[in-house]
Amino acid sequence: MGHIAATGLIDCDIHPAVPGMKALLPYFDAHWQEVIDARGVDGLDLAYYPPNAPISARPDWRVAGRKAGSALADLQSQALDAFGISRGILNCLYGGPAMYSADLSAAICRATNAWVAAEWLDKDDRLRASIVIPVQNTELAVDEIERWAPDRRFVQILVLGAHESLLGHREHWPIYRAAEKHGLPIAIHAGSAMRHAPTANGWPSTLYEEHCSFALTFQSQLLSLIAEGVFTKFPALRVVLLESGISWLPSFFWRGTKMWRGMRKEIPWVDASPAAIVRDRVRFSLQTWDLPQDPTQLDQLIEQIDADDIFLFSTDYPHWRFDGDDPTRGLPPALLSKALRETPLATYPRLKETV
Amino acid sequence: MSATAPLTQHVVAKVGDIPDKGSKLVKVKGRPIALFHVGGEYFAISNVCPHAGGELCHGKLVGLIRSSEPGVYERTRPFEMLQCPWHGWEFDVRTGQSYCDPDSIKARSYAVTVKDGAELAEGPFVAETFPVSVQDQYVLIEMK
Repeated sequence: MGHIAATGLIDCDIHPAVPGMKALLPYFDAHWQEVIDARGVDGLDLAYYPPNAPISARPDWRVAGRKAGSALADLQSQALDAFGISRGILNCLYGGPAMYSADLSAAICRATNAWVAAEWLDKDDRLRASIVIPVQNTELAVDEIERWAPDRRFVQILVLGAHESLLGHREHWPIYRAAEKHGLPIAIHAGSAMRHAPTANGWPSTLYEEHCSFALTFQSQLLSLIAEGVFTKFPALRVVLLESGISWLPSFFWRGTKMWRGMRKEIPWVDASPAAIVRDRVRFSLQTWDLPQDPTQLDQLIEQIDADDIFLFSTDYPHWRFDGDDPTRGLPPALLSKALRETPLATYPRLKETV
Repeated sequence: MSATAPLTQHVVAKVGDIPDKGSKLVKVKGRPIALFHVGGEYFAISNVCPHAGGELCHGKLVGLIRSSEPGVYERTRPFEMLQCPWHGWEFDVRTGQSYCDPDSIKARSYAVTVKDGAELAEGPFVAETFPVSVQDQYVLIEMK
């Protein structure tokens, strides 16, 4: 661990847990406070990380009497101090973005962002955060971006991997315009607003299938962003995939490029191969990774991905992804060398301002 | 064959045989070549698609579609791109270069000329089995 601490580690995916609606209540206006109280709105943790499921928190990070990841002191002692993290990006996965009512969604997103700013960012200057937005209503989503963009501690915009529609659709473009204008990458995190089944053949039966098949959802979204021309229209925009895994990248590159070669006339604004676009504009968190155990296969995979500057180090705190005190255990030096600090700084313009 | 082997010109079609925007499969020295006619100009490229071997003589001549931004379709160079019938890869009918990777993926192209039958009768052109009449014009492919 000593060598890692010395590098000024940047953790690109930390999950502060909202203890419950009560904690957010001060950040709503009087109308929404009454609505939430009268209707008993609470417990909006996303279905991918049920609070009591083993995957949702490392056992030694669970503290009796509170939800894992809900206390700043725990984050500081269990991750920031323990791993020597110099900057950590908070991605709050509470249910605001998943509400069916756009107004309720916007209100919870706004309260969540305000809570993150006041309860976390104000209290530890190592922390940065993503802005959560009500994706289903572009106008409200852009309002939320504009509200927080002046606060330079918000370094990114966070959306769930699955929502109303494919993210490349033009109705979303004002979000990307705002993101590009403010130098905020768009992060897509594993998770769903549950409007659609996570597979193309309907609903699976198990949490296991949901987690496995989410790699396909990421691929659909990435392909949509490429094909619809988001990267062409917004040349400075960067996209970050959080918890997408990376082992599917070679086949995505091969298939995407092969089909583009034959069918690119349908999308003539895509003037480079999908593989080239991804290497240039998309970044991937390394936790959770899904790498082969066999070092030979691992070398082959890295060679096939053929890019050493697209990976972002992350702990995925407090989710249970690794044990012990080395969050880089098992990751090959070839992936790590730039991921610990250099690539995060290159990905997030706002992160660079303060290190 | 040494690099200095002289080019020979091979008569492969009579002007008028191939309709505008049409094609004809011809053979020169045993090699299958797709010959295209676009508005009075003729182009010859190898009949074998460098991707997977589709027969390019069956491809469609289309425009070069480009775009400055999503939703904008700019059709340039009408009928000067050849689309392979198998997987749709596009080749510049003038150069044989692919659209997707012009520097490393190309269909071999051959120089084409049109000459009068009277000129051909004087040689040294190779008509192979192609009957030539002094009243007509002919398409010739240049090959080592």
